[in-house]
Amino acid sequence: MGGKKDDNERRSSRGVTRRGFFTAVGAGAVGAAAIGRAQAPGEAAIATAGEPAKVALRINGRAYRLLVEPRWTLLFVLRERLGLSGAKAGCERGECGTCTVLIDGVPRYACTTLAVEAEGHEITTLEGLMNGDKLGPVQQAFLEEDALQCGYCTPGQIMAAEGLLRANPRPTLDEIRTGMSGNLCRCGAYTHIFKAVQKASELKKAGGR
Amino acid sequence: MLPNFNYVRPATLSDAVRQLTPNARVHAGGTDLLGCLRDGVFTADTLVSLSAIEELRGIRPALDGGVAIGAMTTLTTVASDSRIAERYPALSRGVTAAASPQLRNQGTIGGNICQRPRCWYYRGEFQCARKGGEKCYAAEGENQFHCVFGGEVCFYVHPSDAAPALVALEAMVRIVGPSGARSVAADAFFVLPSKDYTRETVLGPGEIVTGIVLPAQPRGTYGTYRKVRARGAWDFALAGAAVVATIAEGRVGRVRIVLSGVAPIPWRVPEAERVLVGQRLSAKSAAKAAAAAVEGAEPLAQNAYKVDMLRGAVEEALLELA
Ligand SMILES: Cc1cc2nc3c(=O)[nH]c(=O)nc-3n(C[C@H](O)[C@H](O)[C@H](O)COP(=O)(O)OP(=O)(O)OC[C@H]3O[C@@H](n4cnc5c(N)ncnc54)[C@H](O)[C@@H]3O)c2cc1C
Ligand code: FES
Ligand code: FES
Repeated sequence: MGGKKDDNERRSSRGVTRRGFFTAVGAGAVGAAAIGRAQAPGEAAIATAGEPAKVALRINGRAYRLLVEPRWTLLFVLRERLGLSGAKAGCERGECGTCTVLIDGVPRYACTTLAVEAEGHEITTLEGLMNGDKLGPVQQAFLEEDALQCGYCTPGQIMAAEGLLRANPRPTLDEIRTGMSGNLCRCGAYTHIFKAVQKASELKKAGGR
Repeated sequence: MLPNFNYVRPATLSDAVRQLTPNARVHAGGTDLLGCLRDGVFTADTLVSLSAIEELRGIRPALDGGVAIGAMTTLTTVASDSRIAERYPALSRGVTAAASPQLRNQGTIGGNICQRPRCWYYRGEFQCARKGGEKCYAAEGENQFHCVFGGEVCFYVHPSDAAPALVALEAMVRIVGPSGARSVAADAFFVLPSKDYTRETVLGPGEIVTGIVLPAQPRGTYGTYRKVRARGAWDFALAGAAVVATIAEGRVGRVRIVLSGVAPIPWRVPEAERVLVGQRLSAKSAAKAAAAAVEGAEPLAQNAYKVDMLRGAVEEALLELA
């Protein structure tokens, strides 16, 4: 991921001094709260460049309190801070879908979501689809339908399918194609992926969670 | 890793306007913004997130029978709204054709019309004119995805699939800034490179788009959006057309044809509209209007194919309304 644009030198040359920031913010701030607790009406939440701020995230039903820099994406926090490596890093530009997670039950790209923006929302990752030690219905369907080759896109495909089926439990093939269109598979396993989504819909109907 | 920035999430619109100091940027859904920051297309000291400002979200009836859409309303919400699907199908189809499901769940209508050009020179490591450099590299470079109308000094195409419909529907863009609120016709919101090649919209320092107002449409108004792209799913338009027409007693009254994927702004083609007024919509009149729509196109070295595509898109869109 580390292109030459991301080097530290350039980053710090763009950095903002804490004092400079607070002067600017102070000019009109109605009331400023550190991030990490509920934002009161009329209050702005603030985090300073390069400084970890307290953030409360709800992931797979569990509450986490973390120190997070403003520029950290949700994907970075999940993988590198919490060890939840289900969501994969691919393009990191919203193009491939392998980082897909559910936010309030809806599929989104974790690579284009700042962790500070995910505060107050319910986040579900691949790990959250497990039934204890057993695979959840969408995971099971991908296994049974052999819906992968290399598997790199699979976590994102499964999360996209989960989101699709929550919104539309009995999708048509066309609806599946559209619903899954934000997830690329470089191995071209699409036919099997679409079958797996149909299968997952049946498994869920038959009582899978 | 993204470069460093401060982050502030104001609770009110007036606070947001105050926080927009010179090198601060609005963060709506972040889908376009974060990509630009990651690639160093531009920098930001501070991101001002609009996500805590509830009044910017949602779709409501407007005065005079229109509909108002808050700037922070996601594309998915716009796409799944039954009022918009029934009364403004051109917009409904436009937002449905944009990006991918995940991006529509996150990207907002305000962000969609303020998104930055997708020109690969602008997004890449070229110090092009739009980034303060000397020239537009597309003029003589790889320009198969660039514009055939209105380039003159910078040849990107406007990436939005919602904007052409908004122009065709004669929508108003609501703006709030340091000196108060104003409204601008969608038609006048976008800026041609020949006028100012450093920006794409009329937004001034500290100004925020707060919403869009769709005016009531006369009885007998129909609309659609036809998008041509290389892949069946998410891909920017190679060429496209939003069409809104009012038809009375079988004949076209008012009609608006606005093109996507072929100009740096949503490109209205009044000549093509004129061909249709007073006519019945038929294969013949549609073909004639489509020919008028591409009149004056000035393809670059590698994008002449767009002219035929465009003619087809306009013709198909019109026939859909017939
Ligand atoms: C892979 C990919 C494919 C895409 N394909 C398409 C496509 O086919 N068709 C299409 O139409 N779009 C497409 N898009 C663009 C996508 O629709 C936009 O990124 C999205 O709509 C932007 O909304 P946002 O809320 O995320 O904006 P942000 O990314 O938050 O903001 C975008 C820009 O607008 C400014 N801004 C945002 N909101 C406001 C406001 N209210 N007032 C003032 N300034 C504001 C920001 O400062 C920023 O510069 C694609 C994007 C990606 C990443
Ligand atoms: S890594 Fe997020 S979309 Fe590719
Ligand atoms: S299985 Fe290899 S990318 Fe999809």
